[in-house]
Amino acid sequence: MPENVSALHLLLTGDPTLFAIVRLSLIVSLSAALFATLIGVPLGALIALTRFHGREPVIVVLNALMGLPPVVVGLAVYLSLSRSGPLGSWGLLFTPQAMVIAQTVLVTPIIAALTRQTIEDLWVEYREELAAMNVGPLRRVLTLISDARFSLVTALLAGFGRAAAEVGAIIIVGGNIEGFTRTMTTAIALETSKGNLPLAVGLGIVLIFIIILINALAWGARRAGERFAG
Amino acid sequence: MNLRASASDLPIMFLGVGILAGEVTILDRISINISPGAPTVLIGPNGSGKTTLLRAAMGLIPPSRGRITWAGREISPPTRRAIVFQRPVMLRRSVYGNISYALASADVPHAQREQRIAELQSLVGLEGLEARPARRLSGGEQQRLALARALARDPAVLFLDEPTASLDPAATKVIEDIVRTISARGIKIVMATHDLGEAKRLAGEIVLLHRGGVIENGPADAFFAAPTTDEAKKFIAGELLV
Repeated sequence: MPENVSALHLLLTGDPTLFAIVRLSLIVSLSAALFATLIGVPLGALIALTRFHGREPVIVVLNALMGLPPVVVGLAVYLSLSRSGPLGSWGLLFTPQAMVIAQTVLVTPIIAALTRQTIEDLWVEYREELAAMNVGPLRRVLTLISDARFSLVTALLAGFGRAAAEVGAIIIVGGNIEGFTRTMTTAIALETSKGNLPLAVGLGIVLIFIIILINALAWGARRAGERFAG
Repeated sequence: MNLRASASDLPIMFLGVGILAGEVTILDRISINISPGAPTVLIGPNGSGKTTLLRAAMGLIPPSRGRITWAGREISPPTRRAIVFQRPVMLRRSVYGNISYALASADVPHAQREQRIAELQSLVGLEGLEARPARRLSGGEQQRLALARALARDPAVLFLDEPTASLDPAATKVIEDIVRTISARGIKIVMATHDLGEAKRLAGEIVLLHRGGVIENGPADAFFAAPTTDEAKKFIAGELLV
């Protein structure tokens, strides 16, 4: 990235390096949010709707994992993917895929914990009606996920926000390699350490703008859906 | 409309049924027989056990003591029974989505659902509201949608838990007219109410409950003309049963 140039100038001139960074940031964070959703929503629903020995400690741990330190996750994924680690043969360290894995680990507990609470609250409300309609277990789960979808959007946004904003995990497993694993947050960290503050601030503003835009789109979709389904 | 009268779950017999919630007795030694015919109306003050009796008859609460049989069977999945709760929960879907969901839960073939939805909407007077979110309906409309959902199961027995408790007279009349219509089509109605006037208007048979026990049980005409217990006389006279 050029030295001593503002992010606004790079944006206005369509700098390909900046757009590659923005693009990779979105791909990594959205992929992580997607995978975390695919794991976290069913996991949260399962914990919400089943009773098993040790369930309450599981809920406490799951809630606590929402506050996982990104650098610890980054370190754990780094050790797993490093050449001597259990997944070293995959050869993923310092790749965007490694960054997606790290962010998925970070975001899954957030989505699972918020899903568990949302589904459990709705289950209290729906339990008797669904029992009276003789609704089976699988259909029950699908109904609750479907009817809680507007609340679950908030959980997904919280997960995406966490992924998009974090730097600690992806800088460890991605290595911040220019043109390959450099994202907006790792670029901001680098430019700040180099003293290129105008560019770092500009990138920060762009990042915040993108997060607000995605949240606004999700909010609009939620409101449109609510008008139809109530 | 395909509202089949079926005796597959009838008679429902309570044989010395007791239901406890912890140490508290909710129902005590209930022995009644719910047979095909005109509506059976459960009356009694709040806390007398009407709702618990309905839920037990639906099969949602197992008896702590005694037995409940449906057409002689002790275990009977609620395939031909339906219930409308006092405060029915609207699924977060449209009117159409709520009825469609109930039809799907009752395994009604996809090809028949459009026609059944139209028939049920017409029966409960919700025509033209299919796209309306269920939670934005008025209280009376929500009760009628709950009725449509229950009828989607094509029940032989329909339990109604104080379906008009929070409705104004006009909305109450609409619900009572629907109850008469579906009763005339052969569906057995078992209804709880603490409104004596409603019981007089609808009941073929009365079960008077007080403190978890059956005080009187018999034909409605005889009950209102010649009650045999002091509690029944007091209740009919409008005195407080405490």
